[in-house]
Amino acid sequence: MKFGILVNEGPYTHEASDTAYQFAKAVLEKGHEIFRVFFYHDGVNNGTRLTVPPQDERNIVRCWSELAEKHQLDLVICIAAAQRRGLMDAAEAKRHGKDAHNIAPGFRISGLGQLIEAGIQADRLVVFGG
Amino acid sequence: MTDETGGGVAKKFLYVNRKAPYGTIYALESLEVVLIGAAFEQDVSVAFIGDGVYQLAKGQDTKGLAVKNFSPAFGALEDYDVNKLYVDRESLLARGLNEGDLLVPVKVVSASEMAEIMDGQDVILSF
Repeated sequence: MKFGILVNEGPYTHEASDTAYQFAKAVLEKGHEIFRVFFYHDGVNNGTRLTVPPQDERNIVRCWSELAEKHQLDLVICIAAAQRRGLMDAAEAKRHGKDAHNIAPGFRISGLGQLIEAGIQADRLVVFGG
Repeated sequence: MTDETGGGVAKKFLYVNRKAPYGTIYALESLEVVLIGAAFEQDVSVAFIGDGVYQLAKGQDTKGLAVKNFSPAFGALEDYDVNKLYVDRESLLARGLNEGDLLVPVKVVSASEMAEIMDGQDVILSF
């Protein structure tokens, strides 16, 4: 089965991202496909490479990046939600005249249409958080 | 649950709004998804449940909050061919509201009717 995943909450405050990550891992282990993981609302904060959690805690951002690398996952951060919350890649930083960017490996920034497309293409769209 | 419409397959999308319009950003960002999603020519419905019914209340005034009053945008949904709006009756009544207090024409439904509407969808996004 082909899954789409929507993550609506940021890391640590809310369990949604952890649960979505565990779900994604289980889906892949069972041999299913993930069309896309879309990050919306505060969920965009899962894609900043500047998180430095204590060493005895899970690093949620790194978990997503590693899963993406291992399975060629498409991790998409909503551009409108990201702009509100200070998430940007190099191109966005340049476009807005900012002195830094912070997107984590394996993530990309794109529009809400990517969420709708995931709903259309996936057999199931599973929503976490919110 | 899918049917052929012209060139592509249209899916039934339901957006479920459960949160008050202000206090959190869920309602505003949900509306942004609905408006973007409308361009994809899918079969779109929007439901309002719980505090979500406040999103459609007339007379919203956000001046004191210093945030944008986005409620006029609900009046534009029709222009985007989004006209299936469902409101949970119990949620309305529990908040002292009735259909006349709402900004746009809606269908007020019972909890069991809402369950049937949800059951008939391909994709449900809840905010």
